[in-house]
Amino acid sequence: MGAARPPAGGIRVNATGESGAADQPVVRLTGVGKTFGAMDAPVVALADINLEIGRGEFVSLIGPSGCGKSTLLRLIGDLTDATDGSVEVNGKPARRARLDRDYGMVFQSPVLFDWRTVEDNVRLPLELFGHDRASQDRRASEMLELVGLTEFAKRHPYELSGGMQQRVAIARALAFSPSLLLMDEPFGALDEMTRERMNSEVLSIWERTGITVVFVTHSIPEAVFLSSRVAVMSARPGRVTRIVEVDLPRPRGLETRESPRYFNLIIEVREALRAGDRAGAASEATLASPERTAAEGGIG
Amino acid sequence: MTVQTARPRRTILRRIVSFLVFIVAVLVVWEAFKLLAGDPIFVDGEKIWDPPLTVWLATDVNLPHTWVIWNRTLAPVTSGAKESLGGYLIGQAVFTMRESLTGFAIGGVLGIALATLFVHFRLIERAFVPYVVASQTIPIIALAPLIMFFTGHNVSSVIIIATYLCFFPVTIAMLRGLRSPDPRALELMRSYAASRRAVLWKVRFPASLPYLFTALKITATASIVGAIVGEGPGGMQEGLGRALMFFSQQYAISPEKLWASIFVTAGLGILFYLAVVGAEQWVLRGRPQAAFG
Amino acid sequence: MKALQRNIPALLILAAILGGLELFVRAADVKSFIFPAPSAVWTALLDNWNEGYRIFPAAKVTLTEALGGLAMGTATGLVVAFAVSRFPRSRDTVLPLAVAINAIPIVAFAPIANNWFGILSPYSKMAVAASLVFFPIMINVLRGLTDVDSSALELMRSYGASPTAVTRRLRIPNALPYFLTGLKVATTLSLIGAVVGEYFGGLTDTLGRVVVGAASALRFDITWSAILVVALAGMGMYLLAVTVERVLIPWHPSVRGDQPA
Repeated sequence: MGAARPPAGGIRVNATGESGAADQPVVRLTGVGKTFGAMDAPVVALADINLEIGRGEFVSLIGPSGCGKSTLLRLIGDLTDATDGSVEVNGKPARRARLDRDYGMVFQSPVLFDWRTVEDNVRLPLELFGHDRASQDRRASEMLELVGLTEFAKRHPYELSGGMQQRVAIARALAFSPSLLLMDEPFGALDEMTRERMNSEVLSIWERTGITVVFVTHSIPEAVFLSSRVAVMSARPGRVTRIVEVDLPRPRGLETRESPRYFNLIIEVREALRAGDRAGAASEATLASPERTAAEGGIG
Repeated sequence: MTVQTARPRRTILRRIVSFLVFIVAVLVVWEAFKLLAGDPIFVDGEKIWDPPLTVWLATDVNLPHTWVIWNRTLAPVTSGAKESLGGYLIGQAVFTMRESLTGFAIGGVLGIALATLFVHFRLIERAFVPYVVASQTIPIIALAPLIMFFTGHNVSSVIIIATYLCFFPVTIAMLRGLRSPDPRALELMRSYAASRRAVLWKVRFPASLPYLFTALKITATASIVGAIVGEGPGGMQEGLGRALMFFSQQYAISPEKLWASIFVTAGLGILFYLAVVGAEQWVLRGRPQAAFG
Repeated sequence: MKALQRNIPALLILAAILGGLELFVRAADVKSFIFPAPSAVWTALLDNWNEGYRIFPAAKVTLTEALGGLAMGTATGLVVAFAVSRFPRSRDTVLPLAVAINAIPIVAFAPIANNWFGILSPYSKMAVAASLVFFPIMINVLRGLTDVDSSALELMRSYGASPTAVTRRLRIPNALPYFLTGLKVATTLSLIGAVVGEYFGGLTDTLGRVVVGAASALRFDITWSAILVVALAGMGMYLLAVTVERVLIPWHPSVRGDQPA
């Protein structure tokens, strides 16, 4: 991993790329804005986003559709460019971080390659990064064990259920030990039961690996159950209106979902969303939600 | 996910422009090839250009200059005739077009009717559909000479050929289209206790239209191919097929005639195709559609 | 077994039509030059297999022409599709154009091909077959290389994958089912190209000439038997393409049987 040194500040990034200085945030967004569309009809998707995400944190982005939460995630992953402000990952510009393979991405759909077996799908990033065959094999089987799919290694994606496919996608995202995991509504297409089971699995993976997670969702219970902090966003233009600290004890499980504190936090996030919505309704000028056209178009 | 709800006028304009650019490009490549490897060019008996290479494909017999072909279409079809070659070819094109349009229409209606029948009667479908599907894997145009000799060298034989070439693709596409509605839409109609006829008219037919047009775009060309093969090798005395066959025999003396016939045939094919595309745009207006044909 | 059972109505119809024709022709004493009985077609095929109209040698020549044209058309189609896919913006111009040009009745070029490459040469028929094959291969492969799931592209981008890696690991595997769809259409087209090329003139020992020659001699029994061979050749080539498909893309819905072939 190339230890790219930022021009100013001289923040050290160690050779494995897994951790920077302990006090350095993994993600730092400063005055980030994103405007879509032509010069004559600009649509402001995101405006003045300031957010720092520390090492080992689990942060959810939640908001109404069209608030730009997926776009924000894509900005962190350098899958799209910010029009204002700066996006830093591990103290480097987002682009550098992407080329250094600092993060793994999980999309709403599993995006598995139909022509590859489960194992070969997990292996894909390792092939691209030029790992040797033996370490690819070892790593792929470790990852499949982590997500509990060892016996499905030789199957093709179409033979798996939706939840299992998404677990393969998580295994693939973690295969090259990135320091950051970006998840874009990964369980949005799953039924409630499967979703709750997947939530517990993600938490257990997070606890075992110590990875930093940024998680986009539109489910309030999901955000509260998983996160250490929930960033509540409003639409038109997309802003972070509040950050709710989730102080539920860990490890979280079934008892968490039944605790009064959990319900109180859900109410708190819901009220934050409503407050943001009322503020946003005042500037209800834009016609189409830019996020839908840019990021979510075509996902059912 | 190349789906758009409304096709902007600009796209259509860009297509027309790109098509014109393509035609110009073909002409330029054609003449450039001749300049590079064709026969020497003479103006008033004086040699003004001697190509550096010689390739047999670029000789004046195998690839006449484009302007020679154009000028030939303005000259009489045979020496002393009143009609120009261009006028003659357009007349033959109209003749061929009549045959292929008739075959296109009959084949289309037959295909739609049969597919509707198949959708409603499972047993008939299982008895006949395998043959309709298999017809796509065999060159059924091989039957053309047989039909010409069997039913006589006349217009109706050519129409029969064009008809059966159109019939098979329309039946298959229509069957798929009539089956394409969302099962929930059919359940909705069931919840209204809608009659079979209502289901057909309100759900199945509208859903099948995009499939139908996909097939019609294929059969537009197929009907012309059928007509040409019926007319030419089938031994008709009129039509583009006959012109192609006849001028092919005069190739050594005046290759321009064959080339002109080919261009007219190509133009007819594209015109017919564009007419179907136009009809599709109109019928399916307002529906989300694929970004290209 | 199950396939056989499902096709019982179809097989019954075939038997009924053949049997009915046979009975009708015999009972009404229809002359063979008006309409041959199915049994007469079969006899004609056997009698003319290696002598008379020499259907077997003719089939060999025609198949060579078709396969040669298929190979050439497929090769050029692949090359052009890959070349165009290098320029993603040109795709939206090239595809509709190619689809429109494909609407030209390409068989009209058969007489030119006959004059260019020699009316008796197999290359003139190969040229017609190749130009028919070119378009479905080119159009399908170009679609396959460019119609890639946008999330999959983002995934590759998140890995910082090079364009070559994206082509090798994503675009080419994605294009494979499209290519095979094109190939299945192309097998039939290559045979059409060869046979129609022969209709416009060619060696006596070709299936197209046997069909035309026998028909003009009012030997419809032989005409039908030659057409039967053309049909069987077409089905054979198609089934070969289907087999290739089953081997190459066993994971694809069309092979798994979620949709009709």
